[in-house]
Amino acid sequence: MTALDTEIREGVERETVEAVKALGGKYKYGWHSDIEMDFAPKGVNEDIVRLISEKNGEPEWMTDWRLQAFKRWKQMDEPDWAMVNYPPIDYQDQYYYAKPKSMREKPKSLDEVDPELLRTYEKLGIPLKEQMILAGVEAGEEGGTEPRRVAVDAVFDSVSVGTTFQAELEKAGVIFCSMSEAIQKHPDLVKKYLGSVVPITDNFFATLNSAVFSDGSFVYVPPGVRCPMELSTYFRINAENTGQFERTLIIADKGSYVSYLEGCTAPQRDTHQLHAAVVELIVLEDAEIKYSTVQNWYPGDENGKGGIYNFVTKRADCRGDRSKVMWTQVETGSAITWKYPSCILRGDDSQGEFYSIAIANNAQQADTGTKMIHLGKRTKSRIVSKGISAGRAQNTYRGLVSMHPKAKDSRNYTQCDSLLIGDKCGAHTVPYIEVKNNSSRVEHEATTSKVDDDQLFYCRSRGMDEEEAVALVVNGFCREVLQALPMEFAMEAQQLVAISLEGSVG
Amino acid sequence: MAASAAQVQARVDLTEARIAALSAPSGEAGWAVEARREATARLRAAGLPTRRDEYWKYTDPATLTQAEATRASLFEASGEVPLYSGIDRLKIVFVDGVFDAAQSDDLTGEGLEVDRLSEALKKDIHWARDLYGVLETRGQDPVLRPLAALNTAFATDGVVIRATGKVSKPVSFVYLHQDESSDAILHHLVRVEPGAEVTVLENGPAAARFNKCMEIDVADGGAFHHVRAQGRDHERRAVTHMFARVGEGATYKSFSLTANGVLTRNEHVIEIAGDDAVAHVAGAAMGDGASGAFHHDDTVFITHDAQRCESRQVFKKVLRNGAEGVFQGKILVKPGAQKTDGYQISQALLLDEDSSFQAKPELEIYADDVQCSHGSTTGALDETALYYLRSRGVPRAEATDLLVLAFLAEAIEEIEDERLRGDIHTRLEQWLERRRQA
Repeated sequence: MTALDTEIREGVERETVEAVKALGGKYKYGWHSDIEMDFAPKGVNEDIVRLISEKNGEPEWMTDWRLQAFKRWKQMDEPDWAMVNYPPIDYQDQYYYAKPKSMREKPKSLDEVDPELLRTYEKLGIPLKEQMILAGVEAGEEGGTEPRRVAVDAVFDSVSVGTTFQAELEKAGVIFCSMSEAIQKHPDLVKKYLGSVVPITDNFFATLNSAVFSDGSFVYVPPGVRCPMELSTYFRINAENTGQFERTLIIADKGSYVSYLEGCTAPQRDTHQLHAAVVELIVLEDAEIKYSTVQNWYPGDENGKGGIYNFVTKRADCRGDRSKVMWTQVETGSAITWKYPSCILRGDDSQGEFYSIAIANNAQQADTGTKMIHLGKRTKSRIVSKGISAGRAQNTYRGLVSMHPKAKDSRNYTQCDSLLIGDKCGAHTVPYIEVKNNSSRVEHEATTSKVDDDQLFYCRSRGMDEEEAVALVVNGFCREVLQALPMEFAMEAQQLVAISLEGSVG
Repeated sequence: MAASAAQVQARVDLTEARIAALSAPSGEAGWAVEARREATARLRAAGLPTRRDEYWKYTDPATLTQAEATRASLFEASGEVPLYSGIDRLKIVFVDGVFDAAQSDDLTGEGLEVDRLSEALKKDIHWARDLYGVLETRGQDPVLRPLAALNTAFATDGVVIRATGKVSKPVSFVYLHQDESSDAILHHLVRVEPGAEVTVLENGPAAARFNKCMEIDVADGGAFHHVRAQGRDHERRAVTHMFARVGEGATYKSFSLTANGVLTRNEHVIEIAGDDAVAHVAGAAMGDGASGAFHHDDTVFITHDAQRCESRQVFKKVLRNGAEGVFQGKILVKPGAQKTDGYQISQALLLDEDSSFQAKPELEIYADDVQCSHGSTTGALDETALYYLRSRGVPRAEATDLLVLAFLAEAIEEIEDERLRGDIHTRLEQWLERRRQA
């Protein structure tokens, strides 16, 4: 954003420009904190699995569950069907467990958390302290006078370091805590739902996660409760050579509602780091979950050195009638993204939505999309995917829409658009459409094009430089998805879009 | 996922059993023997396909790969005038995959050289040498097509056509099916010299099991038109491959009409190699599962490797009584293939609850200045349109047929020649009417 350094042009709000400027030139979250860590020995084997389980103070059933997954994982092959290329991963050359030393004794309140850790999150702009949140972001102009509040569960390498607003959420009956805490305090819920959407046999990365996941977030919203605030998890990989394997489980009981946000960053390192998360959503009758992700893991440098391998399994099970799930994702980071947030529309009249922006620049590779599996009657799904490729990046949309014979009168609409910036990148679309009854309607559209020269010319004739113009056009291209994001996330995403494409023009 | 040792062995066994049931032709020239040998090696290296293969995810190839053909009873279309009969054409007749000189016209024509494949492969010097198995080999990457390799290795008959100018009348292949257990492997070559033009017509069921491969090389400025009607024998099975290379400013246009057949897999593998070239592929399928089963699969792979080229894929299917439709279409735009215009549409009309449609419309694009789009829709007949027609006094069955015809028309419109287009359209109308009255 060279132009930003020089002058601020008419019509562009000073604030906006400064905000973008503040977000900085290169990857903003590339620093790392010096925090003393406890590592488990490198590699993965039964002992490591047991160790992780033991460190988390888990009951025997949980340890057995992990071991079962590990046994299964050893028989599995790494999937190779995605359009991503990377050198073989040595799964024995990773740390599977890293925990800040200061967390050895679990702090009883945030006041006891290592100030260095808090500073890390402060630096990331995550207001961990409740006071800071109270001072937090204003709602939109017409959005009422109450400031919006967000409860945060922060995950640092392998462990959750603190969850805010717990007391207030408790009053509403909402359980929001780290996974390790949930296993201890709410074993019945965990036992009932963990692995019920993504079973331990699901796929290579999910199975590995089942064996070695260290922590994650757990949410339970009781029947009829509208979660009083947005819930959020912030993931940060800090330690070197460490894989992050978190597990998120969200249960929205009958008639409840929850909006959940997820953000991720990692420091700049020369080596690739593995991130294999599993997210399971369970939506019962008339309940609704909104799940938004802004994924900004370190993408590696211009030459593809370093960066996060992001192999994530996310799935929602709309078990109840009239249940609803909305996945929104902004994928700008990671060297490799392998991620297909899916919806199983089991309940009659259930709905699934998927809104995605995937940006790949430089040497990034993204293979992402969704699966909509229609099982119930009159189920509806909508997919809007916007893929942007620049530099030498490869960006693939891969999706499945399946209408089962019993899913009468169901409906799907899919739109995948790809935008290419530069002639060295690639944009690909691989949709699978399977329709097994005739009362359902399925529509799929996809387009691929480059940034429209006329639009660019128009912007430039109004005095914008080429990068600004491209950012504007791209933001317009993504509009439908950005609108689906919660307000402050949308702002951040919009800025990220611009930053991620930096250096892609000219 | 890596296949288990047992699966690998099963594939080897399947392939070897099929090869054992075939006999290598004798008396061929050295280059032909070599081409056959290489094709056999390709087949063995790949192994015959199984349902586990990604490219056969939606179509079970078992009956196409088993050693013997499954019996297919003959279909009597009494009182039906054969297709294209009003059109002046060069007729080449095959009965159960064997060339029938008595029923065929003389293999000569203005601007045209025609030979039987078996003759061409015996000659030491023949233009066919540069084409036989060549485009098929190129078409094996990035997706293996072992049934095409099998064809090159063991094809027993076929015709080689070389168009040197504007060929005055279409070359028409007529495939008759007279033996209930015939298993035919035909391989045709078509070379269109610079600026030349030829139309190739095909019709008929050919055999109980039919494996056909056509390699088409359209040189700069040439034009190749293809209109095919696949026979209506309910129990026939067919796998066909069209491998084409399209040169600068050249045109390749193909249309297929399929009505009935237990199993049909039509593959098009087209490489647009010269700038400003055009490739259109279209298909209309009308399937009724009531007469046994109907499974129809269009698999298209178009590679853009030149600038300012245009490709179109238009596929329509009308399915009823448990009929199954499959469309796998891909547009690959290679780096540097700027100003590409790629379009693809696949639509299915499901007339009842039991029918199904599966589609995989893919784009793989490595150039930025392109316009590529694809659309795919699946659904039932539009009740409002039906209601409108009925309110105008059109009986339901007739109204349905009218809407079916209108739906398929977009694909039929892709046929450039007016007479051929009319012929296909009329034929479809007649079939629908016969069906209604039956």
